[in-house]
Amino acid sequence: MPVKPLLTKDFATENLEQLKVYERTGGYTGFKKALEMQPDELVELVKKSGLRGRGGAGFPTGNKWSFLPKGVYPRYLVCNADESEPGCFKDRYLIEKSPHQVLEGILIASYAIGCNLAFIYIRGEYLPQHDALETAIAEARQAGYIGKNVLGKGYDIDIILHRGAGAYICGEETALLTSLEGYRGEPRLKPPFPAIKGLYGKPTVVNNVETVCNLPHIVLNGADWFGAIGTPTGKGTRVWCMSGHVNRPGNYELENGTPIRELIEEHGGGVWKNRKLKAFQPGGASMMVLLPQHLDVALDFDAIQKAGSLAGAGAMVVMDETTCMVDAARRYVKFFHHESCGKCTPCREGTFWMANIFDAMEAGEAKATDVDLLLDIGYSIDGRSFCPLGDASTWFPRSVIRFFRDEFQQHISEKGCPFKKSVEEAVA
Amino acid sequence: MPLAKPTVERIKDLAERYPSKQSAIIPALWAVQHEQGYVTKEAMAEIADHLGLPSSLIEATASFYSMFLTKPEGRHDVVICVNAPCMLRGADEMAAYLQRALGVRDGGTTSDGAITWHSTIECLGACGGAPMMQVDHRFEENLTEERIDTIIERLRQPVPAGHAPATPAGEAPKRKTAAPKRVRSES
Repeated sequence: MPVKPLLTKDFATENLEQLKVYERTGGYTGFKKALEMQPDELVELVKKSGLRGRGGAGFPTGNKWSFLPKGVYPRYLVCNADESEPGCFKDRYLIEKSPHQVLEGILIASYAIGCNLAFIYIRGEYLPQHDALETAIAEARQAGYIGKNVLGKGYDIDIILHRGAGAYICGEETALLTSLEGYRGEPRLKPPFPAIKGLYGKPTVVNNVETVCNLPHIVLNGADWFGAIGTPTGKGTRVWCMSGHVNRPGNYELENGTPIRELIEEHGGGVWKNRKLKAFQPGGASMMVLLPQHLDVALDFDAIQKAGSLAGAGAMVVMDETTCMVDAARRYVKFFHHESCGKCTPCREGTFWMANIFDAMEAGEAKATDVDLLLDIGYSIDGRSFCPLGDASTWFPRSVIRFFRDEFQQHISEKGCPFKKSVEEAVA
Repeated sequence: MPLAKPTVERIKDLAERYPSKQSAIIPALWAVQHEQGYVTKEAMAEIADHLGLPSSLIEATASFYSMFLTKPEGRHDVVICVNAPCMLRGADEMAAYLQRALGVRDGGTTSDGAITWHSTIECLGACGGAPMMQVDHRFEENLTEERIDTIIERLRQPVPAGHAPATPAGEAPKRKTAAPKRVRSES
């Protein structure tokens, strides 16, 4: 049975970004209800709901909260709005449409973990979204949702909006914390995990924008209600960012467990220009490619993992039959090379060499041994990098080599990109 | 050029706002870039003075983040994304058209000083509206050659005498040009 959207249900309401309008749709009643509860009860509620983080790793949110050591204060909540996974544009949408929903989620999470100072780390490129949040914070402060003794319940909370300055790596939680402390955004060794030693060495929870947006709904409707939506291990909905060769790209909030086919064919209106589907990527730049035979796989963390990829940050990049898979992989590899922070050698050097080989492929200068060399470099990076950026830089290109090795051979034997040539021939 | 008083006040406020004054470095760099359009070493030293931190720390941070500029650029900033989701929908063709229309290469500034443009591999978060470009922090999505023409025409409008530019140049996001390419050794 189709489930109505949760996070985006009121997004058609005009001026939803304004506090008064948000309140009319039931906004901040979740936070008010939360303040009537004990923080521990809230942690249990979120644990029981089965909510998993929407940033990419899918870690259970309630468990993350419960890892904070007892009695150690201050502790911090950081909302990760450094959305920068290629293919991903849902946090931007959630912030633009309903910044107060994000704030309400942050307030609930902060109260639950006993934090009096929360941060939102938003990527530097999202200036209009930064301004939307800034306005919303001012409104919420005025209305008494943020500040000292909020709503007369004896709880103090402040939120600092912190703007990044252009670094993909800062989406990785430890790099984000390092950046928030004012340093170069390089990742830190785990353990200790942020829950034990995070921001300023204090216990810290980092939650994604979409994750916190679920919280008001869970508090209002209960864990059982939330648990009834989705799949046994993937509760609730997800906002899928669909891009590439579909008729209607955009954000679609769907119940977990919905078949990928429904997302692409019904919501996205199918592959554009009446072309055939060649491949798709269910989790953003980092994730392995899947094929038309995987269309009936469910949109769900575990189902997608079983099919050989990962749901990641919830991006669906669709590629039609005219796509050069080598060029697609080349863009991602160049992206990871550009964004590698340079801290560890496997990632810094590995992404550089992979990018060089991919450039040579497109330029028709690659050698017959280069495909195996790519696999070898990938093997040397994956699992040997300091943080997941390095590992993830190899997943898409290696999966493309696995399924489309013949395209690499063509690039080598025909000394260039066979797809570009066919386009030029068609034009001539 | 010493920092203007409101910028200095802002930096001092920021230092008080965070649990650690070091956290004020990035917002302070933004404040300087907003005022002056870019961040010089002298300005970084001034930030360091106001925060009571060594200037090497400010420089180390500033040099990591691609949006901080170290030299002046055009009045308007145009960035076009060429990552895979945009490439799938024709970003390469749009970038080539933009280059022809502006008459300067990737990373260059038009001779009238109006526009600095460059392509980026860093996804800007608008894949649903690809091909896209960012013009002074605003997204222009579903680009066509006609739309690019209209946008360029708007940006080329001269600044009326006595008026500050609508968008301070330094407000716009910018990536530093890529490091010189290392040559692939023959093996």
